[in-house]
Amino acid sequence: MTSSLITSSSSGAGAATDVRRPRRRGLKAPGPWLAALPLLAFVALAFGLPAVAMFNGALTVNGSYGLGNLDQSLHGAYRTALLGSLKLAAVTAGIGSVLGLLLAQAVVTSRGRALREAVLTASGVLANFGGVPLAFAFVATLGNAGVLTTRLGLDRHGWSLYSFWGLTLTYLYFLVPLMVLTVAPALDGLRPQWREAALNSGASAWQYWRHVGIPVLLPTLLGGFVLLFGSAFAAYATAAAMVGSSVPLVTLQIADALSGNVLIGQENVALALSLDMILVAALVMAVHLPLQRRSARWLA
Amino acid sequence: MARLIPAGVRPWRGVVLGAAGLYFLVPLIAALVFTVDVPGQGFTLDSYTQIFSADGFTTALLLSLGLGLTTVALALLLTLPAALAVRLSGSGRLRSVLEVVCTLPLVVPPVALVAGIGTVLKWGPDHLATTPLYETFVAVQDPDFPVVLVLAYVVMALPFVYRSLEAGLRAVDVRTLVEAARDLGASWPRAIVSVVLPNLRTALLNASFLALALVLGEFTVAQLLGFQPFAVWIVQASGSNAQLSVAVSLLSLVLTWVLLLALTAVFRTRAARSARAPRSDKTKKEAGA
Repeated sequence: MTSSLITSSSSGAGAATDVRRPRRRGLKAPGPWLAALPLLAFVALAFGLPAVAMFNGALTVNGSYGLGNLDQSLHGAYRTALLGSLKLAAVTAGIGSVLGLLLAQAVVTSRGRALREAVLTASGVLANFGGVPLAFAFVATLGNAGVLTTRLGLDRHGWSLYSFWGLTLTYLYFLVPLMVLTVAPALDGLRPQWREAALNSGASAWQYWRHVGIPVLLPTLLGGFVLLFGSAFAAYATAAAMVGSSVPLVTLQIADALSGNVLIGQENVALALSLDMILVAALVMAVHLPLQRRSARWLA
Repeated sequence: MARLIPAGVRPWRGVVLGAAGLYFLVPLIAALVFTVDVPGQGFTLDSYTQIFSADGFTTALLLSLGLGLTTVALALLLTLPAALAVRLSGSGRLRSVLEVVCTLPLVVPPVALVAGIGTVLKWGPDHLATTPLYETFVAVQDPDFPVVLVLAYVVMALPFVYRSLEAGLRAVDVRTLVEAARDLGASWPRAIVSVVLPNLRTALLNASFLALALVLGEFTVAQLLGFQPFAVWIVQASGSNAQLSVAVSLLSLVLTWVLLLALTAVFRTRAARSARAPRSDKTKKEAGA
């Protein structure tokens, strides 16, 4: 009560002139930076500190600063793993973006509200259904003793889940829903009026997509692709639980080095590999963010 | 509106939905068949009946749930004031700072994050053994409730939580809402709790979903730091019993699903109630005054 009296008297000049709002205390929020302070402090501690430790370690060779670890991380088996991860991420993100867009469009344009809600809820769950349970579900389906593998005799046709394409098929299980979640709002944002205007002006459906739909969606689509790329590139659990190390991936290499499965003293190379990953991911983000801002301009 | 969509689109939609349905259902069904139709045994429900008696199952599950709820609470507590402050103050600088801060974790893959955290944790025994800080380092790594995992998970969930809240805030005119509430005499906390938050229901729900699902399925950080929540436990169990691990995987999906649906239901009823509530609330307050 006292504090409210103080605030109202401190903003008294403004309140007095406004007769209809005698209880007005002013909208001035307590310092916005103050409200954000806990978050900023937390990030500095839980994220900044490990990041600094990682940079520091990656650039430390035998106690002094140098680029030896980074150099080592770009050669031999480490290089193969890095390239393997890049290829897997690019392929899965490409396929996932196209399929996700198709699925989202099918759902958004359908009239059934129940279908729409079901698909979006399911996407929300499945987009996070990466990791171990996903790996086991696919092992049970298409692995060596998997239900489909044994019933359809897939292994006789040269099928192996523990391969590049096996991983691709598995990753799509969470990448496609992720794309659906990303593009569905953008597809919703395509105003029906735009379509009506185009069709009324004599445009064909194709022309509408070519000149209105796709250009408006493009930033979201590219942004989605990049998001998928990032998630596939960073994925570890699914691959670790499913293929072990039969497919060379940078995340598996880092985990190996961290848990000391390889030569002692490779921890700093692991940190250098982490730094490589961060550089790739940073590049990806540098593309993603401006695109996201652009799509927000149209679809806000 | 619907009539404007050319009729030719419809079969295409059916094919897409059908194919998607197959792709997403077949692994689940196959996994179910895998667990109940064991070669050499025929139909059996052993994989499921064994779960609760399986070594370490309950501990791992409870640990994951505890970590998940703590993460959601902490993430919302940290992000909500910040996101609101951006919206209410309209400060462009704060907005861009937060945007960068909440995007950076996306740039660092979990494996890299855990590499960094592992390095920091090693400072404890290496450099801080004689300082009081050492106790903190030990405490955050308590295997019964590893706080360090919560820290990592909040960092990992931050981009998603912040974005959901941002999107939710963008959809409502928070400034006007708060202005109106304040003009009517509501205190700051009251304006936030009973006016802004109900309008952010969906965003809060989404944010919580994402964070919770992330934690329940998280494997990388926990495994590499040597803790054993749910996902790590399943992999451990799979070594001795493939059927069991698949059964638990399926259950974890169902569990997540039920949890999310239950949360949705709770939020829906609360939404329905709060749609009616303001009037009676107001009369009560006026009668009291």
